[in-house]
Amino acid sequence: MSDIAIRVEHLSKLYRIGPREPYKALRDTLTDVMYAPFRAASSFLSGRRSAVRNSPSNNYIWALRDVSFEVKRGEVVGVIGRNGAGKTTLLKILSRVTEPTEGYVEIRGRVGSLLEVGTGFHPELTGRENIYLSGIILGMKKSEIDKKFDEIVAFAEIEKFLDTPVKYYSSGMYVRLAFAVAAHLEPEILLVDEVLAVGDAAFQKKCLGKMGDVVKEGRTILFVSHNMAAISALCKRGFVLECGEIVFDGSIDSTISYYASLIENVNMTRTLRERSDREGTGILRFTNVLFRTPRGVTNTLLTGEPVSILVDYEADSTQVLRNVSISIPFYNYLGQSIFMCWTRMVGQDFEQIPPRGRIIAEIPKFPLREGKYYINLWCEVNGILADWIKEVAAINVIEGDFFNTGMVPPPGHGLIMVEHYFSYETM
Amino acid sequence: MVKVKGLLERWVFSSRQDESVPVFIIRPSKGLVALNMRELWQYPELLYILIWRDIRVRYKQTDIGAAWAVIQPFFTMVVFSLIFGQLAKIPSEGLPYPVFTYSALLPWQFFAKALTEASTSLVVNERVITKVYFPRLLVPTAVVLAGLLDFGIAFLILLGMMVFYGLTPSWLIVAIPLFLLLATITALGVSFWLSALDVEYRDVRYILPFLTQLWFFVTPVVYPSTIVPQAWRALYGLNPMVGVIEGFRWALLGSAPPDPRMLVVSSLVASLLFMSGLIYFRRMERTLADRI
Repeated sequence: MSDIAIRVEHLSKLYRIGPREPYKALRDTLTDVMYAPFRAASSFLSGRRSAVRNSPSNNYIWALRDVSFEVKRGEVVGVIGRNGAGKTTLLKILSRVTEPTEGYVEIRGRVGSLLEVGTGFHPELTGRENIYLSGIILGMKKSEIDKKFDEIVAFAEIEKFLDTPVKYYSSGMYVRLAFAVAAHLEPEILLVDEVLAVGDAAFQKKCLGKMGDVVKEGRTILFVSHNMAAISALCKRGFVLECGEIVFDGSIDSTISYYASLIENVNMTRTLRERSDREGTGILRFTNVLFRTPRGVTNTLLTGEPVSILVDYEADSTQVLRNVSISIPFYNYLGQSIFMCWTRMVGQDFEQIPPRGRIIAEIPKFPLREGKYYINLWCEVNGILADWIKEVAAINVIEGDFFNTGMVPPPGHGLIMVEHYFSYETM
Repeated sequence: MVKVKGLLERWVFSSRQDESVPVFIIRPSKGLVALNMRELWQYPELLYILIWRDIRVRYKQTDIGAAWAVIQPFFTMVVFSLIFGQLAKIPSEGLPYPVFTYSALLPWQFFAKALTEASTSLVVNERVITKVYFPRLLVPTAVVLAGLLDFGIAFLILLGMMVFYGLTPSWLIVAIPLFLLLATITALGVSFWLSALDVEYRDVRYILPFLTQLWFFVTPVVYPSTIVPQAWRALYGLNPMVGVIEGFRWALLGSAPPDPRMLVVSSLVASLLFMSGLIYFRRMERTLADRI
């Protein structure tokens, strides 16, 4: 009984959305109240039962629907799901920032919520002052902050800027300081929402390391992130939220696989032409993508075989398109970017292409090893983003004979194949 | 009777067994929500730092910094003395007009800060309120209490002025903290109401300048309450600031004691404002993060 840190039973949260004035005006409410007797009188006289007030009918959305789960003390759980699935709402309710519409939650332990980076920071105050301000708002005691002050400053690497107002900090410095303060919170239960995606690569590595330390300290952690690599490194268990409901709860690896198949099913069965979740001016639009190998058009590729990526496109007018730059990045299912094909990188930006056509990227020897991968598509015309779609197509790669020697590294040794040659010299 | 007292205590303080590990139950609240005042005592450092932040930021933003706490009431007093004291010749109960009006300006400005700043404090702190849990009541409370510092600084000047005019305070000066308390209760009550209303009805903030001006005129800052006819005094006392200011002037300067009817009515209204404001605020607090 007492080793359950978080118990959630039938949690639901209803939000009102749709056509509405965002804020009520006191004068409107007052005039409503004043005219109410007149309205009642008129509807009474005309024999109509008018219970309808002037406000239009509102739409409702269940951000969370009948969510139930338990988290034991010391468990580190990853919560993944697409945008709008309800992850942040769940954390907000567990943080007591907002109330549930239905359900019951029992939390044993102090809760620290990292729902954003820089909670409580005030631009006019110095770094030193903000450390105290933010720390106390997040729930640390002043004595705690005194003890950890030097650690926090060292972690954020801002020793020289402690007494400068934070409004003069670069965004990198700001984010480092904010994370440094939050990372030194020591509650029994930690709720983290996407705050790992801050700073440059070196700092992200540091943050991940610090999170790893926190995990080792035995705290109960609920971790929301889109960074699958981080989640799988830190968590043992995970669940997937989709449209406000928990659709999967299990070990972190199977959770990530489930999530991967979820996005694949949703995103990649729609034709490329129909997809509306794209960014860019649309002066050029991708309409289809195919993979061609010596064996034919297929989504299953062999490591080492020549692969052509055929990208069909359409312009939004009959004009010829100039200065076109196209990129095709490849990702694994942890969301890690492995490599990309990019016209600008190989000095082959198209000076001019017809308004309708097919672009071909040829990879002489496909480098990826066995696994599932997916690609995005990105295009700039004359330096302005024209079309950018994520999770466009999925491919399965099967181990192939990259070196034509029949030899490949043992499983688990290497993610990609790299062309190389050996020779020797006498010394 | 004991039962009622117990129920009342539980409603106000929400006592719960304190384990070494705190347990929180989260569920949708229905009906009259427990005031849970106990919770507020668990955040003393937060209250302190919110007050500190208010003062620090305000003083950082003006080059003259702390001097502003003095300059504002002082120059207002000069202008009032010229116009109301000299030109309009408004009676000042036997006291030099500048002292008469300045001593009222102090509690008034303390209250006006609550009216204008505390009322919008929740919306101003929207970012923090939607990300971390703490009793939201601390937000307007911190703004009101921060005003005590300005009050304190300006009060020193008042003492200086009294010396200048050769006035000595009577033994009644011990009552000053009482009237200060009354002023604080009034300011808190008003700010609980207005800050909660401001989140729900965003046009409240536009009424504020108008409301402040109006309130100023029905408060005896530039005129003594003696100009109000006897029959109307109790009604006049409905403005809680009447009791505060007349009481403050009486305790500090030894002017004629205020009409007891006014004082009683003012105190009652102040307490009512405070209690009702507290209840309304706690009720509204539950859905605050969704509407802000």
